Amino acid sequence: MLDQAIFYLFAGIAVVSAILTVTRRNAVHSAIFLITALLATAGIFLQLRAEFLFIVQIILYVGGIMVLFVFVIMLVNLDVAVRQMQFARQKWVALLISLALAAQVGLMLWSSRKVPGHGVPVLNAVPADKLPPNTEAVAQSLFSSYLLPFEIASVLLLVAMIGAVVMAKKRT
Amino acid sequence: MLPIGHYLFLGLALFIIGAIGVVTRRNVIVILMSIELILNAVNINLVAFSRLYGDVAGQVFALFIIADAAAEAAVGLGIVIAFFRNRETVLEDEMDLLKW
Amino acid sequence: MQAVTQATMEFVKQYWAPLVCGVAIVAVLPLIVGYVVLVERKIMADMQARLGPMRVGPHGLLQPIADAVKLLIKEDIIPDEADKLVFWLAPVLSVGAALLAIAGLAIGPAFQIAKGINVGILFVVGVSAMGIFGIVLGGWASNSHYSLIGALRSSAQLVSYETAAGMALVCGLLFAGTLNVTSIVEAQRNQGIWFGLLAPVAFFTYLVASIAETNRAPFDLPEAESELVAGYMTEFSGFRWSLYFLAEYTNMIVVASVATTLFLGGWLRPFPRTHGLVDLIDFLPPLLMVVIGVYCLIRTPKQPARVQQLFMLVVAGLCFALALVLAAPVLATPVLGPFVKPSLAAAVKPFYEGIHGGFWFIFKVSAYIYFFMWLRFTLPRYRFDQLMRLGWHFLIPLSIINVLLIGVAMIVGVYYHLDGWWLLLATIPASIIALIIALFILALEQKSEPRKASAPDSYA
Repeated sequence: MLDQAIFYLFAGIAVVSAILTVTRRNAVHSAIFLITALLATAGIFLQLRAEFLFIVQIILYVGGIMVLFVFVIMLVNLDVAVRQMQFARQKWVALLISLALAAQVGLMLWSSRKVPGHGVPVLNAVPADKLPPNTEAVAQSLFSSYLLPFEIASVLLLVAMIGAVVMAKKRT
Repeated sequence: MLPIGHYLFLGLALFIIGAIGVVTRRNVIVILMSIELILNAVNINLVAFSRLYGDVAGQVFALFIIADAAAEAAVGLGIVIAFFRNRETVLEDEMDLLKW
Repeated sequence: MQAVTQATMEFVKQYWAPLVCGVAIVAVLPLIVGYVVLVERKIMADMQARLGPMRVGPHGLLQPIADAVKLLIKEDIIPDEADKLVFWLAPVLSVGAALLAIAGLAIGPAFQIAKGINVGILFVVGVSAMGIFGIVLGGWASNSHYSLIGALRSSAQLVSYETAAGMALVCGLLFAGTLNVTSIVEAQRNQGIWFGLLAPVAFFTYLVASIAETNRAPFDLPEAESELVAGYMTEFSGFRWSLYFLAEYTNMIVVASVATTLFLGGWLRPFPRTHGLVDLIDFLPPLLMVVIGVYCLIRTPKQPARVQQLFMLVVAGLCFALALVLAAPVLATPVLGPFVKPSLAAAVKPFYEGIHGGFWFIFKVSAYIYFFMWLRFTLPRYRFDQLMRLGWHFLIPLSIINVLLIGVAMIVGVYYHLDGWWLLLATIPASIIALIIALFILALEQKSEPRKASAPDSYA
């Protein structure tokens, strides 16, 4: 019961924040609502007992990426932009197509709601108190089976860092 | 854990809202933020299935997606800043340098 | 509806202790922070050869209450064309992040609000990093150039030193092997040595980085009065400003608690594992309290007013009572062992650890915060470019190289079966080599670009 309440709370916050993110006129407001959406997603991760991912989402996404976004929004803050049209000229067509996609996937999920697991093979999830400690399990997996992707990800981050510094530098 | 359908619907909702944001908004920074929403929807799906099957690989994959999103946001925002310095605009339909 | 109420009742019955603790912390912490501010003013006065606030209450002890009342009744000014939503939200974010971080800390073996979080230390660090938003959004919402510059500088400083602080924490976590706060302190008890002694360079890095993280001097350019009025806090008045203030001092307490947990042994006494004659250290807490009480008694006749004499007597009485509480469990077990029933000794033992643990933890946190205050009143302020240079060009390479070398030292330790104090043989050379390499990098960089005499013009 507590699980359900927490899920509905965080899911509600996530969806409402997401809608507000894409509809706000002011970019800083969008950023704030994206922060709440990311925090709600972190809550969903916690509800799924993925504790390491919960804290990584907060440190990296909210504490890193969103700070970057807010910095850049302040750097390119144009008062003119706030009073212009916020939505592109293709908005109705785009909306229609997105809703068509939503309808397709939604119909697929809705029509299989009586089938256990929506057709995906369902195993009984391990009860929460018998789960292995999450950080240790992720670390074990990351450093043994997925060591190569880990190293590639670190090279990717290095390249992205260099690229971002080069692009944002002033040409003196 | 709730039945998997709950998490799939939540992932779908966030994905669609992010997709609408990407194709509808003019401000490039808001487009980038909507891309982050899409990535989060994918993460929710991954972690939900990871919990269902007891395999931690889903969470590891979600971790890589978060790292990747960080790299992409950094580079994307670097491009936005560089472009803004040249053209003084952040609206996507005014970024038409390659057109005739 | 019935199910919802029943579920709520079950929730409250199961989790009533953390809920009550949480509410208590939120209610009591502003008062504690107020008294920390008073202590800071008194220490500042002492280091500047004066007396500090003496007027409100005996020895100025009601000063925080006067300050709180003043701040609450001040007029709430919102700048013209400021974004009202964000202006309201920014101090709330700062304070919320700081208070939430307190939930993950463990004061004693049993005093923890959120028990058994798998990712304990990371939770505290990550949540307190969310306070950056309070600063950035506050500066932006003030609709004032100086506030925005102060906010951007402050958040750039915070973000830069967060990496160094994180790497320093990783050094300590290498020894602990777990992120769980209780397990980290247990690991220090098992090794018998505080991790701050095993990894002194990491402790030093975390010390410096935590001073920068909390915007304290000498890294307080973003809120320096002679530079930017009050930086991002300029346009906030009254209650909103007190929220920022509360957030800053709560961050200080959080950062001190993290350092204490990871580097200073948490709630363990010095030499936690050795017994025998070293057990006399357990008598230090009650002895300290007795000394303070005796000092208060001696100073009583010298007080000018009757109220102050009474007050000193009350303080002395409190100190003696605290000494009794601290001494009772210690005396009950070893000294009076034969005279005391085993069941009584067994009943007292958990309190022994809890009470002494609480005392040692608060003592270490206070020492750390005293060190912060001492640095504030001693060192001049860093210029912003010097600050960024220190963070990026010295502390981050130092902490990364330190992690590498401490890792190597640990492998050496496992190979030669060193543990506890013997591990010092491996980690001290590693720390020294790391320090030498980082200083070498700094020297090379200084040689290649001669230092400009004046500040560069683009460091906003």
